[in-house]
Amino acid sequence: MIEAKNLTKHYGDKLAVDQLSFEVRPGLVTGFLGPNGSGKSTTMRMIMGLDTPNAGDVTVNGRHYHDLAWPLHEVGALLEAKAIHPGRSAQAHLWMLAQTNRISRRRVDEVLEIVGLSSVAGRRAGKFSLGMGQRLGIAAALLGDPEVLLFDEPVNGLDPDGIRWVRNLLKGLAREGRTVFVSSHLMSEMALTADEVIIIGKGRLIAQILTAQLIAQSSQRFVRVRSPEVAKLRVALDQEGAATVLEDDGSLTVRGVDEIAIGELAGRLPVVLHELSPQSASLEEAFMELTEDSIEYHGTSTTSTSESKGAGS
Amino acid sequence: MTVSTSPTVGAAQGLPAGRYGMSGLIRSEWTKLRTVRSTMWTLGVTVVLGIGLSAIATAETRSHWTPGNRFGFDATRTSLIGVFFGQFTIGILGVLVVSAEYGTGTIRATFSAAPRRPLVLAAKAVVFGMVALVVSEVVAFIAYFLGQALLTAPAIHSTLNSPGALRAVAGSGLYLCVLGLFALGVAVIIRHTAGAISAFIGILLVLPLIVSALPSSIGNEVERFLPAHIGQAIVSLHTGPRSFAPWPGFLLLCGYAALALVLGGFLLVRRDA
Ligand SMILES: Nc1ncnc2c1ncn2[C@@H]1O[C@H](COP(=O)(O)OP(=O)(O)O)[C@@H](O)[C@H]1O
Ligand SMILES: [Mg+2]
Repeated sequence: MIEAKNLTKHYGDKLAVDQLSFEVRPGLVTGFLGPNGSGKSTTMRMIMGLDTPNAGDVTVNGRHYHDLAWPLHEVGALLEAKAIHPGRSAQAHLWMLAQTNRISRRRVDEVLEIVGLSSVAGRRAGKFSLGMGQRLGIAAALLGDPEVLLFDEPVNGLDPDGIRWVRNLLKGLAREGRTVFVSSHLMSEMALTADEVIIIGKGRLIAQILTAQLIAQSSQRFVRVRSPEVAKLRVALDQEGAATVLEDDGSLTVRGVDEIAIGELAGRLPVVLHELSPQSASLEEAFMELTEDSIEYHGTSTTSTSESKGAGS
Repeated sequence: MTVSTSPTVGAAQGLPAGRYGMSGLIRSEWTKLRTVRSTMWTLGVTVVLGIGLSAIATAETRSHWTPGNRFGFDATRTSLIGVFFGQFTIGILGVLVVSAEYGTGTIRATFSAAPRRPLVLAAKAVVFGMVALVVSEVVAFIAYFLGQALLTAPAIHSTLNSPGALRAVAGSGLYLCVLGLFALGVAVIIRHTAGAISAFIGILLVLPLIVSALPSSIGNEVERFLPAHIGQAIVSLHTGPRSFAPWPGFLLLCGYAALALVLGGFLLVRRDA
């Protein structure tokens, strides 16, 4: 469990994180979603006690990071890819971390095996690709077998196989009951991985919502209708309370009623239909719409399921 | 690939008693130090130049020996000349112990594993200090014995029983170790390799030049406070009237190192990693 309350961080004049409140629960993969520069990495560094917030507070399992007895056994994090001394081997890198928290050499070999780096364990990390660096960072996060895991953009630099592997790893960790918090600037990636998403823009909370719910709520859902008698149909739809737009290509974009209701209405009128197709907007579009609002600074009233009124206005 | 992280989620049940601490951090710092090449390079150069240059300088003195040389000749100091190149190599290693972590981003992993930062700094100082001390002392004693053996008659040589000889030999090792700790402290304050090395070399080499350019009434008063000058006093048989005596000078140097480390530790806690 990670709990952030009104987290705020400035770098000079730059407000990086702005009164951010959220909870990350165990047993789920929680996505942390926002465009580049929205404050995801900064928030993660504050969780890890690396950057000190200017205001607000964040705890892991009810405690400040600084007060953990055996930090690596309690929290694991991948913050930056390739944050390794280029002259040190993967094994030595993990071993020097393991020693601080009384972790065995056997466990070092084990995590190297898990991430698939056993065969290059003795090689200097400077020669690693970005993907291998990510894997080493993931190995470091898993080292202490912690209950809480943070991953900052873990799929950057990975090939499709690697991406699928990370996805499964995260889901597996959550299934074991762990708290898994993973950031990304790609909605499409989160849609496939996260059970819940915390969306931020310009350091502010936009929404904390179940992924499935977000997809369902997407305002971009509409039905495309083509009919030789489009004007007649449109009047009827407007009377039903639907929002309709006549497109340049002659099709009608209908929001507010689903395809079943439209089909039944057309049958009652009756009106011939040439097309009746539900369009689910891409999640990327839904995400863009949400974050665009935050960028224009009038979208603070967007859906927030967060109990702690973090969205603030 | 399967996700075989561990059989149990309740990792907390299997936690060791107590809390992470100094012994684990010291082991970790020792691993860090011995698993990068820069350690071998800096220490290797310390050994090779420390012993080699001393031997060359001593042999050279011997081969041009004239009876007049014996007046004011400091056999101990002559045999330790190369050891003083260790000021740079040990200093650079002291800087790298800290700045390499900032340069590579490893510092975040380090502080994630051990969030009490002063403890990490203490472990670094202990491990680096021990390594620097052992290497410096070994180099100093080898250079000394080799040099004295090369100073065959008619040249004069010293023994460890000669006045001030043991102090000069052991003291030069201690000097290098504490100077290295000072460099480590400077690196914690500055955090960048190039900047910290420049500052350190500046204090060692450029500051004396600036002081010598000052009016002598001021310069003479200030000079003895310089680290390099303190080092010269430690290794010399006779110290000038305006220098600190060897051990008071050494204590002052310890004070500089302590100051740099304490200020570094303070900033370490205050600043974002
Ligand atoms: N150490 C820092 N110093 C100054 N500005 C920073 C620092 N870290 C982040 N920022 C700024 O804070 C904002 C948020 O950055 P970041 O947390 O990295 O966003 P994200 O991870 O979502 O891309 C950005 O505008 C970035 O430029
Ligand atoms: Mg980031």
